[in-house]
Amino acid sequence: MARLRLRWFCAPLVASVAILSGCGGDDFTEAEKATIASLSLDALPALPADPTNKYADDPAAAAFGATLFFDQRMSPDGVVACGTCHLIDRQFQDDLPLGKGAGTSNRRTMPLAGVAWSPWLFWDGRRDSLWSQALTPLEDLREHAGTRAFYAHFVTDNFNERYQRIFGPLPDLASVPRDAGPFGTEAQQAAWNGMSAEQQEAVNRVFVNLGKAIAAFERSLVPEETRFDRFADALVADKSPGGDAAFTAEEIAGLKLFMGKATCSTCHTGPRFTDDSFHNTGVPDVPGLPEDLGRETGAMQVAADPFNCLGAFSDAGPEACGELSFMVKDYRRLTRAYKPPSLRGAATRPPYMHAGQLATLEEVVDHYARAPAAPSGESELHPLTLSERERQQLIAFLKTLEP
Amino acid sequence: MKSGLLYALAVVVLVLVALGAYLAMPAAPKPELDQSRTRTTVNGLYVAAIEPEAPEIKQGELQTWILTVKTVDGKPVDDATVTVGGGMPDHNHGLPTAPRMTGHLGEGRYRIEGVKFSMGGWWELRFEISSAAGADTVTFNLVL
Repeated sequence: MARLRLRWFCAPLVASVAILSGCGGDDFTEAEKATIASLSLDALPALPADPTNKYADDPAAAAFGATLFFDQRMSPDGVVACGTCHLIDRQFQDDLPLGKGAGTSNRRTMPLAGVAWSPWLFWDGRRDSLWSQALTPLEDLREHAGTRAFYAHFVTDNFNERYQRIFGPLPDLASVPRDAGPFGTEAQQAAWNGMSAEQQEAVNRVFVNLGKAIAAFERSLVPEETRFDRFADALVADKSPGGDAAFTAEEIAGLKLFMGKATCSTCHTGPRFTDDSFHNTGVPDVPGLPEDLGRETGAMQVAADPFNCLGAFSDAGPEACGELSFMVKDYRRLTRAYKPPSLRGAATRPPYMHAGQLATLEEVVDHYARAPAAPSGESELHPLTLSERERQQLIAFLKTLEP
Repeated sequence: MKSGLLYALAVVVLVLVALGAYLAMPAAPKPELDQSRTRTTVNGLYVAAIEPEAPEIKQGELQTWILTVKTVDGKPVDDATVTVGGGMPDHNHGLPTAPRMTGHLGEGRYRIEGVKFSMGGWWELRFEISSAAGADTVTFNLVL
């Protein structure tokens, strides 16, 4: 009888101790360990090839791209480089709610670490390659405010030999207007429309090659190892994390919430903490900015982009364009859906969301807990009860995602 | 007798604690979820089976699946048109891609390209199958 009683006592005791120690201590379940391993930088696959850009892995193209990236002459007024908003010492972003170039953009500048792994670029995925992305701000009146004819002339005048060593002969631009492009002012568009198809093609080719050089450079911007990665590596190797890899009880609890109750890791998944997809999370709109429909507009734009994977300037065949060929085109499903950004380094780069709507991590966690209705479309979030302590635990974990 | 009661009380408390901890854990695959890869369509017109072309289902990568359509008495259906849908019922969103049937492989087999599961969890993959025998639908549950 005593033995029986002991058995009755022990089974639930063992079960509850196992579960309880998994909640507060440094003990993780096998499933949690597997998730932690999948979030670690060790799980990052090799740099994916970019078949749309035959210069993607050409060191001379990458070096030229780096020069262009930081050259303020890449704007007609001579003060806006890519590096103006993508600041090299600030994770290649600018700490502002909205990017500021020649004017003010309607989106938060995205950091660039690991950008070469992204199938979709921009918050709304309106471009499908790094090079076609790099070209877009160059012609945006709020950003670099240039035109493709301006850039073709600029390269011919300033980087003539360097360009030709990489890409071959430059076209004769003598009769091409200095300032002409399809997205500029009325005069710039008129000048573009007045050019022959051959001239447009020649300018497009030079313009595209600038994008491909910048893309080759950006492929070198890879995520850095963080405290979390050192912690994860030790955990996966069944070692006790030492030095700065050791997590506090608060950080461990935050990590468990991240993977569990708070369900952050469903979208912020994998070593880049993103699922590369698009989600409506009910982020508020910004008074004064034009209506922003997110991926709904982005999907239409990338499908229509002449510089997309299936376009004439892509070096890939259609078989390499699966993401574009099979993208969701049911636009109503995509209203105000945005790409989950990586959370690596996020703790030190407020403000948050696609237009910098939320100033602090506290506000971000509160947003996900409240799960407000979306301004348009339907939010995927469900309300969640998080105590003040749990909120601080989540934030403590997010702070471990720093180098 | 008194110690017996105490034991019983301790057991009850521990079971409740364990149950609470269990309920607080992230949503595990629903135990009642039918994850079989072969299913009869809703109106009983077809038996459909799915299998990934690659041995492993990799999260976040485009993949090809093979859908096999047979009549309920086991005859391959080769004249079907197939449309694909689905999503994550727990997250109010559809599939991250728009997969479609890209080829008849014969013997009731169809190639479905562009399938992607962008996150872990419960996914539904739905096929609308239409042939001379009529139109019918089947939904498969997948848990990643």
